[in-house]
Amino acid sequence: MTATVDNKRTAGFKSRWAAMPKQVRWAALAALIVLLYILPNKWFYEYLGFPIGGDYFAFYTTRSDFAGVLFDTAVFVLLAVGLNVVVGFAGLLDLGYFGFYALGAYTVALLTSPESRFGTNWPWLAAVPLAVMVAMVSGVILGGPTLRLRGDYLAIVTLGFAEMIRLYASRNEGIAQGQRGIPAIPHPPGTGTDGKPLFGVVDARPYYWLMLTLILLVLLLIRNLANSRVGRAWVAIREDEDAAEIMGVPTFKYKLWAFAIGAAVAGLTGAIFAGKQTFINSDQFVLESSILVLAAVILGGAGNIKGAIVGGAITWYLPEWLRGVGDLIGVNFDAAEYRILVFGVVVIIMMIFRPQGMVPNRRRAAEFADRRKEAVPQETVPNE
Amino acid sequence: MLLEINDLTLLYGRIQALHGISLTVNEGEVVALIGANGAGKTTTMRAISGLRPVAQGSIIFDGTDVTRMRADLRVVRGIGQAPEGRGVFPGMSVVENLEMGAYTRRDRGGIAEDMKMVMDLFPRLAERRKQAGGTLSGGEQQMLAVGRALMARPRLLLLDEPSMGLAPMLIQQIFEIITRINEQGTTILLVEQNAQQALSRAHRGYVLETGRIVKEGSGRDLLHDPAVKEAYLGVA
Repeated sequence: MTATVDNKRTAGFKSRWAAMPKQVRWAALAALIVLLYILPNKWFYEYLGFPIGGDYFAFYTTRSDFAGVLFDTAVFVLLAVGLNVVVGFAGLLDLGYFGFYALGAYTVALLTSPESRFGTNWPWLAAVPLAVMVAMVSGVILGGPTLRLRGDYLAIVTLGFAEMIRLYASRNEGIAQGQRGIPAIPHPPGTGTDGKPLFGVVDARPYYWLMLTLILLVLLLIRNLANSRVGRAWVAIREDEDAAEIMGVPTFKYKLWAFAIGAAVAGLTGAIFAGKQTFINSDQFVLESSILVLAAVILGGAGNIKGAIVGGAITWYLPEWLRGVGDLIGVNFDAAEYRILVFGVVVIIMMIFRPQGMVPNRRRAAEFADRRKEAVPQETVPNE
Repeated sequence: MLLEINDLTLLYGRIQALHGISLTVNEGEVVALIGANGAGKTTTMRAISGLRPVAQGSIIFDGTDVTRMRADLRVVRGIGQAPEGRGVFPGMSVVENLEMGAYTRRDRGGIAEDMKMVMDLFPRLAERRKQAGGTLSGGEQQMLAVGRALMARPRLLLLDEPSMGLAPMLIQQIFEIITRINEQGTTILLVEQNAQQALSRAHRGYVLETGRIVKEGSGRDLLHDPAVKEAYLGVA
């Protein structure tokens, strides 16, 4: 009965980390961020002594362009960070998160592409804020009626929403241009020192850097939000919605907030994705991806920002890396093909042995412990 | 009159849970609502705090009609509730739970004062201040729920089965604390299966049977009422 809240397995590192002087912790964090920025550079690996193309294990991917993989991973991480606000913080099950991502991408595509029926030809940068707005507003429209209800309604409605977006995009010839999609979406602006555009077709590094910067900004915002009154309201709603209400928390308002913020982050991610890809069609927004992001959040540890980052990074990066490893040891095995299968199994195993995720939130861990206890009724018949 | 309920009807789908009940609570009183399982006691509480929508009738709190008001706004008006059973936030520590209780307040000084007051009232909670709510024993959770409700400085405190699942010694203790809270100026509406304790502590009481109020009177009168004795006090 006197179990402490902290998870025992990670307590050692956590307490040692917390005991370090503030300057050391800041320096370590800064070093990590710098490392993330230099990660896609070739010279970095040459400097380390194992240049790209060699016959050994390294953490870069050999089958696919490493900077491209890093960008995709960053896309995934930002999606996981956004979904974590909805699923992890407020405890709302959103199964159609990719729908908002698609909305962001399509908004940018339709407004900027010369091939678009709208013919607006906006510059990319001008379309991004609007894409975020569109995603956020559709989040409010979708959440407005459903978040007043309890239970699984939201899961069903969001699931339907994402499929609606995808089906509309694939069948509609007039605006979304079906399977042909929308080509010629402009890149982000900027000119490099050599006079060439900063964001080109071949080099994925600038996109990765842009994404990384956005992740850091979004993290800063969400962290502050989580530590505010809003964040505390989310925790209360997640743990016991009735109790939150009788503490004076306007539950509907805060649920809608979480949902809209999550949608906005997805819309932003979609907008950047469209700017890199220059071409989008409905095939890029399948339901599978929604589920994969959700798996990433749960795997990492819902409710914990660090967990979402770790989960998102692993879910995308690991299979890509394994492809190259298979080549090296002479096995023709494409791990990325089995991604969904493997994560299905992993999530089931996690649910049994570590439901709080790999990097658990200390509150979430206690909630899970409580739920287990509740499953074994100890009290007498409850009143009514 | 602080609380006035008129002809309240409430439905669970097609099933009628309350058949037009009326009751009043005056400022400074302890009023007990007793009845068997399924009589509608918790339903009445949830209607007053706003967790259940009402079909007909009205709830007047301090002169304002709150029948259709959102639950969180009723808290601001001064209705506090300690819900039945496990109503504490399992992942929050004892202190965080109490802080949640003061969610609608902004006066840091007053909140700190009340935190100290609650810790004095329940020394057990002070011992466990950093422990997660879900890991507390049943009795400690009950204390936490009551303490948390007090943190909002409610004018009317709704207590739903404060003695449920507690050891006899703890029951005695929690009722003593309820009396103390009332003496400090909080009006209390109490729902209980433990009719003996509830009626002996209450100024007035109501007996609820299958969604209807069948009897009302002073706590003492009800305690000595033969029908009440037989049905709820276990003596013929």
